[in-house]
Amino acid sequence: MKGFVVSLILRTAATYMLPLLLLFSVFLLLGGHNEPGGGFVGGLTAASAFILYGLAFDVERAKVMLRVNLIRLVGVGLGLAALSGFFQILMGDPYLTSAWVTIPLPGLGELKLGTPLLFDIGVYLVVLSVSLIITMTLAEQ
Amino acid sequence: MLVVGLLALVLAFAAPTIRRYAGSATGWILAAFPAGVFVWLCVLTPDIGAGEPWRFSQEWVPGLGIALSFHIDGLGLLFGMLISGIGALVLVYAQGYLGEHKDLGRFYTTLLLFMISMLGVVWADNIVSLFVFWELTSVTSYLLIGFDHHRDTARKSALQALLVTGIGGLALLAGLILMAIATGSMELSEIAARSDLLLEHPLLTPALLLVLLGAMTKSAQFPFHFWLPGAMEAPTPVSAYLHSSTMVKAGVYLLARMQPTLGDADLWTPLVGTVGAVTMVVGAWLAMRQVYLKLLLAYSTVSALGGMVMLIGFGGELGAKAAATFILAHALYKGALFLVAGSIDHAAHEKDVRKLSGLGRLMPLTAVGAMVAGLSMSGFMPLFGFISKELLLEAALETPAWAGLFGAASVIGAVGMVVVAIAVGVRPFMGSWKETPRKPHEGGPTLWLGPTILAALSLLFGVAPSLVQKVLLSPAASAIYGVPMEVKLSLWHGLTPALGLSVLAIAVGVGVFLMRPGFIRLTSLSDRVGAYGPARWYTWVFDGMNEIARVQTRVLQSGYLRAYLFIMIVTTVGLTGWMMLSSGALAAPTELTPVQLHEAGLLALVLLGALLAVRSKSSLGAVAALGVVGYGVALIYVLFGAPDLAMTQFAIETLTVVLFVFVFYHLPKFRILTSVLARTRDALVAISAGMLMAALVIMAVSQRPLHEPISAYFAEHSVSKGYGRNVVNVILVDFRSIDTLGEIVVLAVAGVGVYALLRLREPREGGSS
Repeated sequence: MKGFVVSLILRTAATYMLPLLLLFSVFLLLGGHNEPGGGFVGGLTAASAFILYGLAFDVERAKVMLRVNLIRLVGVGLGLAALSGFFQILMGDPYLTSAWVTIPLPGLGELKLGTPLLFDIGVYLVVLSVSLIITMTLAEQ
Repeated sequence: MLVVGLLALVLAFAAPTIRRYAGSATGWILAAFPAGVFVWLCVLTPDIGAGEPWRFSQEWVPGLGIALSFHIDGLGLLFGMLISGIGALVLVYAQGYLGEHKDLGRFYTTLLLFMISMLGVVWADNIVSLFVFWELTSVTSYLLIGFDHHRDTARKSALQALLVTGIGGLALLAGLILMAIATGSMELSEIAARSDLLLEHPLLTPALLLVLLGAMTKSAQFPFHFWLPGAMEAPTPVSAYLHSSTMVKAGVYLLARMQPTLGDADLWTPLVGTVGAVTMVVGAWLAMRQVYLKLLLAYSTVSALGGMVMLIGFGGELGAKAAATFILAHALYKGALFLVAGSIDHAAHEKDVRKLSGLGRLMPLTAVGAMVAGLSMSGFMPLFGFISKELLLEAALETPAWAGLFGAASVIGAVGMVVVAIAVGVRPFMGSWKETPRKPHEGGPTLWLGPTILAALSLLFGVAPSLVQKVLLSPAASAIYGVPMEVKLSLWHGLTPALGLSVLAIAVGVGVFLMRPGFIRLTSLSDRVGAYGPARWYTWVFDGMNEIARVQTRVLQSGYLRAYLFIMIVTTVGLTGWMMLSSGALAAPTELTPVQLHEAGLLALVLLGALLAVRSKSSLGAVAALGVVGYGVALIYVLFGAPDLAMTQFAIETLTVVLFVFVFYHLPKFRILTSVLARTRDALVAISAGMLMAALVIMAVSQRPLHEPISAYFAEHSVSKGYGRNVVNVILVDFRSIDTLGEIVVLAVAGVGVYALLRLREPREGGSS
């Protein structure tokens, strides 16, 4: 990233934007089943958060913030998505049939958890890590 | 059954571990599996003999009529016993033959997998099960031939065998499916019961030819015989097991299985009988001219397989009887001789029969086994081989047409057998010892047990054929013939023409053997003709395919992104546009809602962005303009109620611009290098692509759809079945999650690919990527 002149405003903004954008991406991911959003756009949002940070400082520093090996994260994401399909197989249904459980939360109503959420988390991680791999590898050249 | 099958698979994959702990006892331990199968089959014999096949069925894909269904009738019993019985002996033998090899564990795994697949082939009733196991035998055979994968010839031969049998396998699949279409059943037993439907069906001839192609490639029939001698690159236990007694007989098995179904087709006898007879003669001729142990046996196996195919082609009671007997006799003596050949090579390190002599005193047990098996193969009384050869000659002489030709072919085949039998089974053990690279000595029991047991059986069944005729051969012959029948065997048939021919064949065979050096020299012309034979055709086809691949790669894969884009867009526009225009599906939309001002403004913005992107004088400007186009499209999504799409589009556009900036950082300064002509062409291509998409969109909104849109279903069931109000997301993660899974796999591969290309490349030389 030599040759780019980075402004103080961008750096300051990026520092605050990173956690906010990440939070927003998780919001998109979790709310996606009922409102606009989902794993795909959530993953892209999270990726842009890190890319913004990388642009403002440098890629190395963004990587430190990430703390995880991106290639490994692709595997984890794919694994989660693929794994989510196996639960209902035990019940004799075809692969990727969704399974749901309802957990009552005293005072707050109830929480519905299902394998599609696990699947969506997998999508989120794959999209996040692949976008970052492509941009960061290009940026590092 | 399923549990046993799975346990067998576990055993196969545990073989390397077992070897680590059990050492030299591994072969014996693993042999327990086929031995158990053999005993189980013995228990089944009374039922099967009484015409009650053993059955098992497990649903697989019920919607398509695919099942894991098995039935063991007389034919399945005979083959099952050969596979399990000889399999047990070969597993033990391999321990002695390959005991020190570092990859013996892997060898055992593949051999056991092959054994399971082969049992699957001969027991499968469902055609898809049959095909799957059939292909598995090809694959495991490939792995076994290429066992010494560091040798180039081993790899080449393995590939050749795989390609030839693989092409046949595809033909077989097509043929079986045609038979299923004609009869309306996927089960072989049902298809056989409805053979009259098939015989009158217009698909009969293609089905017949395709099935025959599958069987003939597998059983190395002329002109596909060349892969079998090549397969001798495999370790000898493999040659003994796969390429003489079991796998190559899968084709014979298939023909025998089809005989009741297709045997009445007009083409059957002329085609199958003739191919078999020609193979028998060609195999015998080539066998007589070989000097290496395994090649002698390989070509004689080709000849014997030809004989079996010919007998099945004849059909009729005698043909079925002779075929069943020949299959058993051949497995016994050829299995033994192959193991003997391996033992000789193992002990003396010499493969050339001209240099082998006087081994009898050094390896007495192997010698006894070899001689008995050799005499059985030559057709001497009172061995089992004699009985089968008599039957073969009788059947050939009794054919309604061309009895003379078939008889002559059978005699030539018999002569070849005699020559090979003497060269491999008798001559090396006679006389005084000649110097060999290693002083031979008798191996351990693992090495002599197999050949002696098989040879002893050849003798036993010859003297007392009643031991096998009722329990084994009658049911097998009945299955081939399609109608229950009784097989009665005897050593002495009286002074028949067949006996005369048998004696003649032995006399000529001994004569040829005695004059073999002269015979080989005299017939050297055959080498020059053979150089243009089917093996050469294979090379031509193989090289031709590679050449086509190279040319089309050079033309299509130029490595220029613009060329790829050009080809893809022009092809798409051409084919889709042609389809649209020729079918007259294109029509102007009739009901249009009036355009609002802000919509028109948005469109103008997008168009302006596109124009700027094309005309821009700097790369950054072009990318920014493209970004405007992308954001404009996203705004259209917002206007027309697709918030999910819009969000994704915004994110993607942003990332794309960032990516472009990173890439441009490495690119030289933006300059226009193309001619005006090239740019005009590109503009035309781009405009045509845009027009095509516009036409498709108009069609999509104005035409009546071919099928009721499924979006209504998704919208209706999104909450009730997917528990989500965002239909798009429910479709992505639930209704069509397998598509999404596929997409993220592609994404992951692309990401890892980019990483690998950019990070793991050689240190950069001068320019950038």
